[in-house]
Amino acid sequence: MLRIFKADLHIHTCLSPCAELSLGPKAIVDKAVQCGLDVICISDHNSSENTSAVMKAVGNRSVKVLPGMEVTSKEEVHILAIFDSLDNALRLQTIVYEHLPGENDPEAFGLQVVVNEDHDVLGFNNRLLAGATELSVEQVVDSISDLEGLAIAAHVDREAFGIIGQLGFIPGELRLDGLELSANTSPEQARRRFPQYAGRGFIRSSDAHSAGDIGRVWTSFLLDEPSAREIKKALRGEDGRRVVPEHAGGCASLREQQVSG
Amino acid sequence: MTVRDIVGSLELEVLTDTEALDGTVTGGYVSDLLSDVIAHGKTGDLWVTLQTHRNIVAVAALKELAGVILVNGRTPDSDTLSKAREEGVLVLGSRLPAFDLAGRLYQMGIRGSV
Repeated sequence: MLRIFKADLHIHTCLSPCAELSLGPKAIVDKAVQCGLDVICISDHNSSENTSAVMKAVGNRSVKVLPGMEVTSKEEVHILAIFDSLDNALRLQTIVYEHLPGENDPEAFGLQVVVNEDHDVLGFNNRLLAGATELSVEQVVDSISDLEGLAIAAHVDREAFGIIGQLGFIPGELRLDGLELSANTSPEQARRRFPQYAGRGFIRSSDAHSAGDIGRVWTSFLLDEPSAREIKKALRGEDGRRVVPEHAGGCASLREQQVSG
Repeated sequence: MTVRDIVGSLELEVLTDTEALDGTVTGGYVSDLLSDVIAHGKTGDLWVTLQTHRNIVAVAALKELAGVILVNGRTPDSDTLSKAREEGVLVLGSRLPAFDLAGRLYQMGIRGSV
């Protein structure tokens, strides 16, 4: 049976050099549960190494964690990859690592901490995760699609690292499954600002770099189950699956509604 | 000044040989954000960039730029050149980084909008 699932599909962990070190598996799951999110996606820059830890940190709680990644193309476009299979996320990671030059300088960019589900430090990733891969945006999107993932252009409303800012417009042949908006722009505003893309599937996510960011915006989907496969159908409007126009407010106002209701 | 004059002086590589080579250059612009070039590029500008995606061809055609110069010896994506030939957009290559190339162009008398 179809029901509404609240999804925040763009959440970093302490593996991303720009994220807070406290943003570990437990903090993420706790905040997601507190915000009433049904599904989240872990999307660190050019890596999925902390995904399994967050999946394990869920325990018996009901939030679904999808493995993912935020890949930087050589044009410096950010593409969100969302998978059902952790193995496929790690296969994408292998492709990305083969095409990601450079070493991280923790003083310049920040630490890249690999943790387990208890937030014990397992090590530090020394790749330049903040850098760009040598893969074109087409190669990134095709790699994700070939691995049965969702390829979503991240924060298209942002000039820096958004596909419209970097490339002027969205190449017509690109096999994107959807367009993501940041917390700064609502779907209604986006349709006015980018009328040429008004018919595309928009999602909105927090792009959380600290626990406080999680659930500040989300996307409500009508789905059978919280999976990338179902979300893909919703973005295409297939089999009754769809994106449900957003409820007002973020996590804080949701709590207030629950308290007052 | 024509593009051909500049190609000769700065030893630029002509990646798409179109009749635009004899077009007049009226200004210059440096940017790697294509949305910024759409907003601020002017007709007749030579555009200096490191972006090699085929969208540069559409932007150059839309803004009626004199040509695009790819810096740092960057190789364009394969479909960029075929698209450029189709659209008659002149794509040039330089071994110089953007800063140095812009300096040389300025020395030759090419100006931005200020």
